Amino acid sequence: METQWQGYLRKDGNKGIRNYILVVYLVECAHHVAREISSQFRNQPVQLIGFAGCYPNEYADRLMNALCTHPNTGGVLLVSLGCESFNKKRLEENIKSSGRPAHTIVIQQEGGTRNAIAAGLSWVREAVVEIDAVPRVPMSVGDLIVGTVCGGSDATSGMTANPAVGCAFNKLVANNGIAIFEETGEMIGLEEVMSSRAVHPKLAVALKQSIEKAARYYTLMGHGSFAPGNADGGLTTIEEKSMGAYCKSGDSPISGLIKPSDKPKKPGLYLMDVVPDGDPKFGFPNINDTVEIVEMISSGCQLILFTTGRGSVVGSAISPVIKICANPNTYEKMSDDMDINAGKILKGEATIEEVGEEIFERILQVASGASSCSELLGHQEFTLTYKTFTPIGPACLPV
Amino acid sequence: MTKFMKLHPLDNVHIVVDAEANIEIGHKVAACAIEAGEKIIKYGVPIGSATEKIEIGAHVHLHNMKSDYLPTYTIEITFKEKNV
Repeated sequence: METQWQGYLRKDGNKGIRNYILVVYLVECAHHVAREISSQFRNQPVQLIGFAGCYPNEYADRLMNALCTHPNTGGVLLVSLGCESFNKKRLEENIKSSGRPAHTIVIQQEGGTRNAIAAGLSWVREAVVEIDAVPRVPMSVGDLIVGTVCGGSDATSGMTANPAVGCAFNKLVANNGIAIFEETGEMIGLEEVMSSRAVHPKLAVALKQSIEKAARYYTLMGHGSFAPGNADGGLTTIEEKSMGAYCKSGDSPISGLIKPSDKPKKPGLYLMDVVPDGDPKFGFPNINDTVEIVEMISSGCQLILFTTGRGSVVGSAISPVIKICANPNTYEKMSDDMDINAGKILKGEATIEEVGEEIFERILQVASGASSCSELLGHQEFTLTYKTFTPIGPACLPV
Repeated sequence: MTKFMKLHPLDNVHIVVDAEANIEIGHKVAACAIEAGEKIIKYGVPIGSATEKIEIGAHVHLHNMKSDYLPTYTIEITFKEKNV
């Protein structure tokens, strides 16, 4: 029998597995006020996110609109200083027309920090009660969009946790779910292997081009997507890291190539291109793992699978993060942070397929409301940066 | 005793999976003698090239191999470059 659980039904028909009020600062100058408001609601469904920049950016605007109308988002309080350039009026309108409660507090109009915090607190108190009335409906695997990211990788990542996630992804896709993998910068060297999995020859060309773009971009940046900890963990080159990262995608055919905030409509496996288009403009493509998590959530992911060998502790705002630890020594040291111990594969205590099954079961538990380790520990990391993207072409999502 | 794993029949490196030696888990050791310039094969595919002759059983890492795509960033290398 197919597993079902109760989700949160949104006006657009999308279903969430969480129901949060987001307190959103629209410039760093409003961050403190927003944090003071959200911090009064510890252990309640209220989270803090924001964009630090004062100057406009189409990408940041698009992502913020997607996040504020995400299936796991129930309502939004926008906190503005007043003089920043973020288009808060349109954002508030979009949230309201999506059927969610929304309100904007402008610190300069409220008369400063104290008044703005007081006004924000009283709105959130009412909103928390209001979103409790969101209709609950049955959900199943076919309603899920799950993303996967690796961070703090070492050489065990590509031997245990990543291939196990690949098995869980195969099962997700086989059950009509949507699975998203990413980081074209970590597919350098795999152009041929990966493009041969495309469902359409034109998509194969697009996949290849996206990796070539990543290689060009990172060459101009001077180094690849490779941190010193990767080398301490036994990885020597970007090609080696790529091979390990790639197996998270499993064996399903690749149904499309998307960019952050593009929403796949059909079940299947999708690659997300996270490397900006055009000349390098705002620096390194992804300044940390959280940028990629936020990008996957903006494309509708209700849940993220995060594999780590060195031992990352991150979670995320909006969507729960399930952490899968690749290295048995790391698991021993940091087990509180890890949902799944994939390191036991190296010890010969489980197979890759068995751990893949365990990951799939954990997805169902967390989707049904169980807290992931990062949620229990209060992790709500969030980063939204400046980037530039051109829209995807027709070859990227073949009909 | 240190335990190794061979990930693919074509590989010329083995992976340490249970370390008692100086080489940590997940790191690579040469499965045969490797000449300078020869490809390092892991998962059955090249993951870079040897920068010097590598003896059988030796640790294969940043000191004796490099990427064929993008240079690898480490704190030591960046620091050294800055001070040259």
